[in-house]
Amino acid sequence: MNTESDLAETLQQALIADPHRLDRLHRRLGAAAETEGLLDVAYRTVDSPVGTLLIAATDTGLVRVAYAKEDHDHVLQTLSDRISPRVLHHPTRLDATARELDEYFTGRRRTFDVTLDWRLVAGFRATVLRHLTDIEYGHTASYATLAELAGHPKAIRAVGTACATNPLPVVVPCHRVVRSDGSMGGYLGGSEAKATLLQLEAA
Amino acid sequence: MSSKLPFEAVVGIHGATVLRVCVAVVGHAEADDAWSETFLSAMKAYPSLPADANVEAWLVTIAHRRAIDVGRARSRRAVPTDSIVDRAAPPDRCESDADLMAALEALPDKQRQSVAYHYLAGLPYAEVASILGGTTEAARRAAADGIATLRRSGVGAASQTTERSTR
Repeated sequence: MNTESDLAETLQQALIADPHRLDRLHRRLGAAAETEGLLDVAYRTVDSPVGTLLIAATDTGLVRVAYAKEDHDHVLQTLSDRISPRVLHHPTRLDATARELDEYFTGRRRTFDVTLDWRLVAGFRATVLRHLTDIEYGHTASYATLAELAGHPKAIRAVGTACATNPLPVVVPCHRVVRSDGSMGGYLGGSEAKATLLQLEAA
Repeated sequence: MSSKLPFEAVVGIHGATVLRVCVAVVGHAEADDAWSETFLSAMKAYPSLPADANVEAWLVTIAHRRAIDVGRARSRRAVPTDSIVDRAAPPDRCESDADLMAALEALPDKQRQSVAYHYLAGLPYAEVASILGGTTEAARRAAADGIATLRRSGVGAASQTTERSTR
């Protein structure tokens, strides 16, 4: 039945829409889903001096910032598993966040004003991360200091874990936490990214 | 791990196929509405879809129902006046495409749907039958008759100039 599959092939090819048609339909779907309250997680990517960042928001607020190093496909799958599989690329919801990040990376912004959704962290980790904003732009603090701020001076390792699993890096500034001996320490976005952010803030 | 893909991936994987099916079944002018309604309904129901479900068959089933709705809305709108509803293909499409669309549109519904669901969506005839109602054999016959009619109207003999674009 070779001729039959030829005809099927012709149908397949002839019915392919112009390349922009699906993009347009995708945008329309995002807008309709937003209007109908079906868009549980909207995301987009932004280019930055520390690589492409994925940013995602629920209807509560910004829920995730992810480095390319974290593998964006994996990050989306995790958001789908932990929040809702109704995940769609829909940049509009993230316009304000994208603008604030751009201002931050060009040295025109020191604190972020977007609303955050903390649902991906709980317990002591959440307490630690909420104290990160106590460290001002351009300053650093040691893991030990942060442990004290969070009310558990001995929980230095747990502070390290909280920073390493921060779902909102850059915006929640875990890059400002360094070792007591003054060396930079690790970073979930890689030590190069940490150095870039600290240099940007030192300028 | 058999976790469900983010809906974005579902659109990415199946969006083009569902659009082809919509174009074949309801024509270019109505296909965008049919596609949009299909994916919006699908997104609504997605969280309760079993993780091991055949997503493509599920989407085609929804598209089939939406296409029927779109078709009904169209016939309601098509009031008999001398104003002709413009359902022509977009101007940039080559003539053989317009011929193909005309040939598809001329097919009886069951044949057009069987051809679309089997040859464009790649669903087995048993699946096509469960969407359309009737037996697997009836779905197979409808698709074969549809293909035979398309062939008689010269489809497939035309140039294969349309290039294949993928995601």
